[in-house]
Amino acid sequence: MVPSEDAAPVLDVDQILADPGVRIVVCCGAGGVGKTTTAAALALRAAERHGRRTVVLTIDPARRLAQSLGLTELDNTPRRVKGIDVEAGGGELHAMMLDMKRTFDDVVLQHTDPAKAAEIFANPFYQAMSSTFAGTQEYMAMEKLGQLHARGEWDLIVVDTPPSRSALDFLDAPARLSRFLDGRMLRLLLAPARSGGRSMFSFVTASFGMFSRVVQKVLGAQLLTDLSGFVAALDSMFGGFRQRAEQTYRILQAGETAFLLVATPEPDAVREAAYFAGRLGEERMPLAGLVLNRVHRPAVALGAVQSRAAADRLADLGGHDATVDVLRAHAALAQQAVREEQVARRFTEAFPAVPTVSVTAQPADVHDVDGLRTIGAAISRP
Amino acid sequence: MRAAERPADPAGTGWPSRLHVVTGKGGTGKTSVAAALALALAAGGRRTLLVEVEGRQGIAQLFGVDPLPYTERHLADAPGGGEVRALAVDAEEALLEYLDMFYKLGAAGRALRKLGAIDFATTIAPGLRDVLLTGKVKEATTRTAGQRRVYDAVVLDAPPTGRIGRFLNVTAETARLAKVGPIKTQSEGVSALLRSPMTAVHVVTLLEEMPVQETVDAITELTQLGFPVGRVIVNAARPPLATGREVTRAELKRGLAAAGLPTDAATVAGLAGEARDQQVRRELEDSLRTDLAELGRPVTELPLLPDGVDPAGLAAFAELLRRAD
Repeated sequence: MVPSEDAAPVLDVDQILADPGVRIVVCCGAGGVGKTTTAAALALRAAERHGRRTVVLTIDPARRLAQSLGLTELDNTPRRVKGIDVEAGGGELHAMMLDMKRTFDDVVLQHTDPAKAAEIFANPFYQAMSSTFAGTQEYMAMEKLGQLHARGEWDLIVVDTPPSRSALDFLDAPARLSRFLDGRMLRLLLAPARSGGRSMFSFVTASFGMFSRVVQKVLGAQLLTDLSGFVAALDSMFGGFRQRAEQTYRILQAGETAFLLVATPEPDAVREAAYFAGRLGEERMPLAGLVLNRVHRPAVALGAVQSRAAADRLADLGGHDATVDVLRAHAALAQQAVREEQVARRFTEAFPAVPTVSVTAQPADVHDVDGLRTIGAAISRP
Repeated sequence: MRAAERPADPAGTGWPSRLHVVTGKGGTGKTSVAAALALALAAGGRRTLLVEVEGRQGIAQLFGVDPLPYTERHLADAPGGGEVRALAVDAEEALLEYLDMFYKLGAAGRALRKLGAIDFATTIAPGLRDVLLTGKVKEATTRTAGQRRVYDAVVLDAPPTGRIGRFLNVTAETARLAKVGPIKTQSEGVSALLRSPMTAVHVVTLLEEMPVQETVDAITELTQLGFPVGRVIVNAARPPLATGREVTRAELKRGLAAAGLPTDAATVAGLAGEARDQQVRRELEDSLRTDLAELGRPVTELPLLPDGVDPAGLAAFAELLRRAD
């Protein structure tokens, strides 16, 4: 394929991975675009080729990929990946899988005494929230990133982001969750219960009294009691929660962070990437580039129409079945490549300055270190 | 003739349920498949509702229309005079509607929304959001007008495989929190519908390792939770080859010459390389097909559309799904 004149600048991931000033690489994008594999491949390359002490934080890796990284147990601690080729450069690769509940528990333990923590852990609200709250995973991924960063043990932290409903969740969830835990609304809601029905916020008293009665009716009084207990127990921690979320947010804005968007040349994935690129701009977060995975590139310049016509001629002629198959497959590949290029152009037209790299689709799925190495090389040398 | 007077399934065998929940790993095309299924089930003068619950506006984007509001509206005509309507369910709107139904909130409800109280209420109770979303789907599925069902079928573009079990298992989530009250009653009603033969959960996959693994995991989870699993739908399947065996370079060179194409070394090597990759891919796909077959669920394949899913492609998908047996 001949690159068009208005093509985006090419993303050089080796430059990012080798730069000692870059301490965090965040891979984000829609579900199913290969974020986890990309993150793992980049981390491996940083360790093997650039001699960096690297840790990769994965959220929900495929079983076989997790096994290949030695992640057989979910213990929420980085484990060194063995059997990689780092002798020359002195790099290291560590990998960990996020345990959302455990991370949340750790945060609670850090901010309160054991007795209070036990009380919190026993509250049904906490149990539900720490394992199922929409956004907890995103928040905890960022919390874990903050922890790893604070320990200062690694040259480079590569983060995979959760498979959210939308890529934005991972930016918004921490704020949303800390807002909730901060709980002005929560206090308002519980105020009548606490002060015998008299809310101190007079301007909303009327609707709120009714609201809380409705909530009581709909959800049951037990729920409010549990919620009240939860809030009381967490009361001392609110400040800490918000502070941590804000800290992580600032780290993400810093020059030591590089965001990599990951997409495939499919309309949904590209739209999500474009949306995210815009959002990162608004949040003043450093976008390093776009990794376009699973791009199909024919090895031969023969066009789809020509190839299909030739296949049809040969099929009529007879005796060349194998070549007919090859030409039909090539035609499909060529057609797909053209379409993918059109789809990818939607991103480059909207964000012409964002460096982009295309990674050719692999014939087989990746689930070992060799496969990751191949992907890493493909991302670096398009 | 309307729904109450006829079986839910026009072809008789393929899609016996009334509520079709479509899930799949992200990127497998579940929205396209759900839309095609809604078209298929509306064919021949029937009416279906296509519902999305994740606020992604995937349906609007697929059909190239303005973002869907929280109202059921005409989306597309189906062959033979049928109609597909669409609805984007919003948890906050659903809660307001729900409160209004029980407590006649009126303007006060809107005031509460302004205050962020509704967002708050749907946020504090994990599972409440899902109960509201599935509750709305249940209401649409069972709604009648003049003793007739309003929709012959409802197709839900559901959350992806990783979240589907939790999303559907509303009673378990709310039981921990709401021990009494209308929400508990509501979630029990939803649960009964979702676990009845009225419902089928279909899983969309690609012939790739991770989506297939997630399909297997999701079907195991759904079965354990007692949800009726419907079909496995393989999206973007490639057409079978004529020979399915490896090609030699000499053979390829002869063939290219016969077709009047260049036979230089670069062309032959390039095409042979493509053929080899294709072979590797096909072998992997065949082994994944076997894995899917072992699940014991009916498998339907939809072809890869080289130009993407456009209206013509959706119509073709709908026709294939309609004929699925």
